[in-house]
Amino acid sequence: MSWPILSVTTFLPLVGALFIMMVRGEDRLAKGTARWVALWATLVTFAISLVMVWRFDSASAEFQFVEKYRWLGVSAYHMGVDGISLPFVILTTALMPICIIASWSSIQTRVKEYMIAFLVLETLMIGTFSALDLVLFYLFFEGGLIPMFLIIGVWGGPRRVYASFKFFLYTLLGSVLMLLAIMAMYWDAGTTDIPALMRHSFPLGLQKWAWLAFFASFAVKMPMWPVHTWLPDAHVEAPTAGSVILAAILLKMGGYGFLRFSLPMFPAASFDFAPLIFTLSVIAIIYTSLVALMQEDVKKLIAYSSVAHMGFVTMGIFAATTQGVAGGIFQMISHGIVSGALFLCVGVVYDRIHTREIAAYGGLVNRMPLYAAVFMVFTMANVGLPGTSGFVGEFLTLVGTFKVNIWVGSLATFGVILSAAYALWLYRKIVFGALDKPQLAGIKDLGYREMLIFAPLVILTILLGVAPKPVLDMSAASVAQLLENYNAALKAAKLAAMLVQ
Amino acid sequence: MNNPQLTVLLPALPEIVLACGAMLLLMLGVFRGERSTGMVNVLALVLLIAVGALICRLPPGKLSAFGGSFVVDDFARFLKLLTLIGSVGAILLSLDYMRTQKQQKFEYAILIALSTTGMMLLISAADLIALYLGLELMSLALYVVAASNRDNIRSTEAGLKYFVLGALSSGMLLYGASLIYGFTGTVSFAGIAKAAGQGTGLGLIFGLVFLFAGFCFKISAVPFHMWTPDVYEGAPTPVTAFFAAAPKVAGIAIFVRATIVAFPGIVHQWQQIVVFVAIASMVLGAFAAIGQRNIKRLMAYSSIGHMGFALVGLAGGTTEGVQGVLIYMAIYVAMTLGAFAAILAMRRSEGMFEEVDELAGLSRSNPALAFFFAMLLFSLAGIPPLAGFFAKYYVFLAAIKAGLFTLAVVGVLASVVGAYYYLLIIKIMYFDEPAKGFERMPMSLKFVLAAAGLINMLFFVYPGPLLDAAASAAKSLF
Repeated sequence: MSWPILSVTTFLPLVGALFIMMVRGEDRLAKGTARWVALWATLVTFAISLVMVWRFDSASAEFQFVEKYRWLGVSAYHMGVDGISLPFVILTTALMPICIIASWSSIQTRVKEYMIAFLVLETLMIGTFSALDLVLFYLFFEGGLIPMFLIIGVWGGPRRVYASFKFFLYTLLGSVLMLLAIMAMYWDAGTTDIPALMRHSFPLGLQKWAWLAFFASFAVKMPMWPVHTWLPDAHVEAPTAGSVILAAILLKMGGYGFLRFSLPMFPAASFDFAPLIFTLSVIAIIYTSLVALMQEDVKKLIAYSSVAHMGFVTMGIFAATTQGVAGGIFQMISHGIVSGALFLCVGVVYDRIHTREIAAYGGLVNRMPLYAAVFMVFTMANVGLPGTSGFVGEFLTLVGTFKVNIWVGSLATFGVILSAAYALWLYRKIVFGALDKPQLAGIKDLGYREMLIFAPLVILTILLGVAPKPVLDMSAASVAQLLENYNAALKAAKLAAMLVQ
Repeated sequence: MNNPQLTVLLPALPEIVLACGAMLLLMLGVFRGERSTGMVNVLALVLLIAVGALICRLPPGKLSAFGGSFVVDDFARFLKLLTLIGSVGAILLSLDYMRTQKQQKFEYAILIALSTTGMMLLISAADLIALYLGLELMSLALYVVAASNRDNIRSTEAGLKYFVLGALSSGMLLYGASLIYGFTGTVSFAGIAKAAGQGTGLGLIFGLVFLFAGFCFKISAVPFHMWTPDVYEGAPTPVTAFFAAAPKVAGIAIFVRATIVAFPGIVHQWQQIVVFVAIASMVLGAFAAIGQRNIKRLMAYSSIGHMGFALVGLAGGTTEGVQGVLIYMAIYVAMTLGAFAAILAMRRSEGMFEEVDELAGLSRSNPALAFFFAMLLFSLAGIPPLAGFFAKYYVFLAAIKAGLFTLAVVGVLASVVGAYYYLLIIKIMYFDEPAKGFERMPMSLKFVLAAAGLINMLFFVYPGPLLDAAASAAKSLF
């Protein structure tokens, strides 16, 4: 345990990016070098993160692989992971090589810059999940805007400028308020160290304001209804791998934030605002599912379905029951794999036909049986069919919510039916029917590279659906401790309120 | 230096050296004519750096001279070094510009050196007389450099405008100073503080307001900002770079020193003014810049906004606040010089370009320039992990501590609006189709751009020295 494994995982992609920066020229050789370096950097990062899983002690709720150095005077360079953050770190490192391979042939312009942007983004994402200091967290969290802005804006579709600006400004607007809350917390607690802040109890007034400020940031990131409108635009315009990262990881930062900050640091405010979250979650689940039914663009449909699925996550987290929180984490991991895979599925046909209109497709099963099968797995996982990873997360969050609020649980269950409606409708439109469109006549099935991408995702989707235990076990201890502290804090707050009366 | 008569001058030694050196250079220029420009430039650079070294070599602690009207404390040392960096940067940026634009004038470097002398005097001023002397020495040289391209109508217009409005503001400042003197019976800051602590007459408040009006003009804070866009646009670009960096540092320095040292007893009175000025500057800077197509005008509004952010730190009136202001100014100088280095690189064989659209597709035609410029713009917008974020972080941290929540919320919202126009430039460089490329960058510009860019990008790796220096400088004021 002598080497700083967490920092190495975090900054290794950055080293790769620096290496690519050294490469000169725009010729085939330079492009090839950039791709291979990026692939190896992400693969090695993934391998190291697996070592971390190996060494991780899932029985302990404490932060592990902790590193702490003096940095900003009051804020330290403090990194570490627990059962809540480690799954997200693994999700990030696992999806990155897939994204690099997915961009292998579809990105032909400015390959070097593209790979640099992705590698920098990976560093920032891993950092976000493993930072144990608020300022450090904010640095990683916000820093991710820069590469993502460029990815959407430079390699995106026709309305990329609009989408990238909307993405950037929406997220920034939410986050600056969080920054002010971070400062207020610092003056109250005298530190920005996350473990220390978790033990600190903030006065109720500050809790409420700070909760709202954090909510502003995470709700945009998540995204929750009604601040979700940037997501469909960003998804539609981003290049395939950009959409994958956006859906699979960047959205999870919001949920992670709720788990890491809102619930443990502002328990009383979280309890008071839970009805608000429930309302917004239910609206998100039902309303955006209905909106998804009306979409003509494949990516937009998946984007709206993401918003709906994130509704389950927020609902589960703020139900603050063991099943709800564990389900929320599981749902985020599962959604990361499934929605990422769905965007990759769209990318496959987009690379061939260059349109995302649902109406332009139909009958693909006749020419692309393998693709149809893969797409089927992910569609079913998106619907939440038992046996796929999607089921476990949705089921657990619903169980967790029913314990707290039957109405919310019942309404959310309707969302599951609606998700079946739009997902199956999409699948039928694209894959089944007669293949009568002339431009589809010569379409080819999955190539080797594409099979290579999908194989691990299919396996993971089914494996997690059948045997979710490893992921649940990894986070169990941390979740138990989180809820224990939460309930203790609530009890103390109630007692204090009674004493005042 | 054993002569007691001379030891009292020791604190002012850097200023004396700079002033004498500038006059020597003037002699050199006059006797050797235009041919000497290159030599004068180099010697001026050496002189400024030597003065910087001299400041570092001064005995530590608080020194004072001229009966207490001139003080050298850590606050003064920090800001003087910063001004010198700004001046050195301005000369470096001018080297190539003057050559290609056929404006070889040896006076430029000398005027900058003289103006810098004024700034250093201003930074060390501990009474109203020294304040005014420093301010005028600084400003007179600035009026002249603004009009230094005398055959150009825009440049002369800029110089004249700056002069007339500057004279007006100096008048107001003098009027305020005389009111303060009249009601307190002293010109020294410490004396004013003592008198103001015993009771605040309406006359003193009046004087304070006029004094602030003068300061606001010098740092181009709203509502005394009107001259800024015109002067920035009209003046030759290296001069604009100079205006945007060093005088702002000196202006903020005296603003902070006068408020903190002379008026600590009436915080509530001046706090309202500073809060208003800060909010107005941030909001106007953010919104007015959106419509600008000329990049120098855009930088003018951007600098108005940045002065607003710097004043957020002052508004708290605390040590943390002053520390925030100092960090802000240090990072601001680095960002500004870098940005102007990029603007000066906008040159084709036809001449200089100032329209934002000329940057189209720069990331294809000159990737390194585009990358550094983009990073500086992200930094100006305050996006982490770049230095500009930390600048804003520390001033808002102070504002939150002082309980100025409205100010903080308006400030961060303004920074989001401001981010929009910085992003617009990045969009033009990265997303648009390439226009014709620019000429190769000369070494001096490359150096300034790379240095500023790297400082901005890597500040977060090793922020310790600047934070510590700013902390000890802030402490020396209280």
